[in-house]
Amino acid sequence: MQLQPKLIALQLLHLRNPALGEGLEEEMERDPRVCVMGEDVGHYGGSYKVTKGLATKFGDLRVLDTPIAENSFTGMGIGAAMTGLRPVVEGMNMGFLLLAFNQISNNCGMLHYTSGGQFTIPIVIRGPGGVGRQLGAEHSQRLESYFQSIPGIQMVACSTPYNAKGLMKAAIRSENPVILFEHVLLYNLKERIPDEDYICNLEEAELVRPGEDITILTYSRMRYHVMQAAKTLVNKGYDPEVIDIRSLKPFDLYTIGNSVKKTHRVLIVEECMRTGGIGASLTAAITENFHDYLDAPVMCLSSQDVPTPYAGTLEEWTVVQPAQIVTAVEQLCQ
Amino acid sequence: MALSRIASSSSRSFNLLKPLSFAISLRRSISNDTTPMTVETSVPFISHQCEVPSRSVETNPKELLTFFRDMALMRRMEIAADSLYKAKLIRGFCHLYDGQEAVAVGMEAAITKKDCIITAYRDHCTFVGRGGSLLEVFAELMGRQAGCSRGKGGSMHFYKKDSNFYGGHGIVGAQVPLGCGLAFAQKYSKEETVTFALYGDGAANQGQLFEALNISALWDLPAILVCENNHYGMGTAEWRAAKNPAYYKRGDYVPGLKVDGMDALAVKQACKFAKERALKNGPIILEMDTYRYHGHSMSDPGSTYRTRDEISGVRQERDPIERIRKLVLSHDLATDKELKDIEKEVRKEVDDAIAQAKESPMPEPSELFTNVYVKGFGAESFGADRKEVRATLP
Repeated sequence: MQLQPKLIALQLLHLRNPALGEGLEEEMERDPRVCVMGEDVGHYGGSYKVTKGLATKFGDLRVLDTPIAENSFTGMGIGAAMTGLRPVVEGMNMGFLLLAFNQISNNCGMLHYTSGGQFTIPIVIRGPGGVGRQLGAEHSQRLESYFQSIPGIQMVACSTPYNAKGLMKAAIRSENPVILFEHVLLYNLKERIPDEDYICNLEEAELVRPGEDITILTYSRMRYHVMQAAKTLVNKGYDPEVIDIRSLKPFDLYTIGNSVKKTHRVLIVEECMRTGGIGASLTAAITENFHDYLDAPVMCLSSQDVPTPYAGTLEEWTVVQPAQIVTAVEQLCQ
Repeated sequence: MALSRIASSSSRSFNLLKPLSFAISLRRSISNDTTPMTVETSVPFISHQCEVPSRSVETNPKELLTFFRDMALMRRMEIAADSLYKAKLIRGFCHLYDGQEAVAVGMEAAITKKDCIITAYRDHCTFVGRGGSLLEVFAELMGRQAGCSRGKGGSMHFYKKDSNFYGGHGIVGAQVPLGCGLAFAQKYSKEETVTFALYGDGAANQGQLFEALNISALWDLPAILVCENNHYGMGTAEWRAAKNPAYYKRGDYVPGLKVDGMDALAVKQACKFAKERALKNGPIILEMDTYRYHGHSMSDPGSTYRTRDEISGVRQERDPIERIRKLVLSHDLATDKELKDIEKEVRKEVDDAIAQAKESPMPEPSELFTNVYVKGFGAESFGADRKEVRATLP
């Protein structure tokens, strides 16, 4: 075992080993049933270079370039999964998977149940989503809020190179259909990660910063806005506990609950829309389960209920900014 | 077993007319007689972008009698399901297959259980063709534990994994990409088997079908798309839904074959031809010209968009069971009485299965939450009261 963990980028355009790509590659080496399907994943190397080099290494039958037909290639991935293959289906942008909603909802999520347990669907559906840099409304969607009600699927959101690789590997090994939400703006992160084989628990939240005053729950890109706000908050004398929930379905109520019991205040910071987002569900879950421990109502900071505008300043105002987080914490901790 | 009973009773009556031994041997040999014989299909095949298979179908007495028995069983099963639905023992949606039995039976005769079949919601007979038992059918229809999906699927969600029957799907057309995925898995695992993805004339206008067909043709997948054209997509006739109702041609660059779907032997020939071709050349479309006697489902009388004369006309001229009956009788493979006895036997089998299914209990309340997820590889989570979190490499 190497003593020095290697420096790795979540995605580095000119290097060959992004964390996600490495996770994929290791799983493909380990299990010949793992294959990748998506638009431009093969010869082009992936639109965000996650799958770069895989086609040369594993061949055209394991890294498949599909035509632009999300509905059918997601369906094909699910059909292949029913026989025991383990496809990883990439949506070039998560928003495009809306075209495959029927397949994901009815066939992916429900087949294990409606067949009385006969078929499992060990598929991973992944892709970048979230608000980017002026990509326009249709390319800035947060699909986790649309998919969260589908029974039978698991949803995870990665946020660092470490958990990206770990979650990718765990998702591929899971017998359940897992949707892995990546973020367009997080592909360039750098972090040292261990050399040895590791996975992250799909159902577990990550404690980013322990604290006593307030529990801040977040995931994906908003984690970084929260950590930025945390610096300001610490200077102002607050001690926030920051938890990256990672598992969007099911929620890790164990970790979250223990934190709520300790701090008695909850702030949720998310990128979903205010209406019907992950934050809305999480608020309900916390209020229902940990009502007795709360000293203040759960506050949820979400994106505005608008299509993401193109203009940079407007786009900035659609998502939650660190200053708003600081204000919210001050409000809650009065 | 029934035939031996016939043998003992008929041998007594035929005693005076024929030597006893001959009478017994004549009767006993029918059910196992595999002497090859050739039958011509009554309607020629029409092809698109490929050659036509021969109209001479190889078969044998055993196969023909099996066809008769299986189709009679399926017919009886569907009629019984009709009565059960009207008695409110089956609820929700119930789509019956009577009239179309030849497709299920002919297809099975051409393939093995290693080949995959996937179809839409008119799946009761296809399930039985794949080896499903009557008990599983009726129990599932009534939502009982003994059902093939443990009562949690219903009429539209029959599956049988061990004989590669992939269901049973409610959303029109969604099963076709799944079917192409099955074919992809077969190619990936180098199994030399094929997938039959069945859909109806209504689903033939779905975009995902053409998407999946394009991918299958590009990747050379052993996918056979079978359009069970019963000419009506619920209440809409095919000429009102499709600009080009020649479904076997709509694959364009993918070859197609139009088959008389009421002739089990023609179906068998076509499926055999398609399997050989798909393994070498990639996808092919089969259009089965068939007909359903019932309406689209039990809530559809089936007579508002077509005339009763049309229905009875098809029943008289093209009924698949009658066709095999005539064939068997004309070739002297069995007597009329024997065939009627088979039908009686089948009827009893169906009644017995229904009685047994009625005794099966409703699922336990805890079944509501089983099979939503498969337990993970070593990571466990029990929600808010979880004691320990473990993530171990398998």
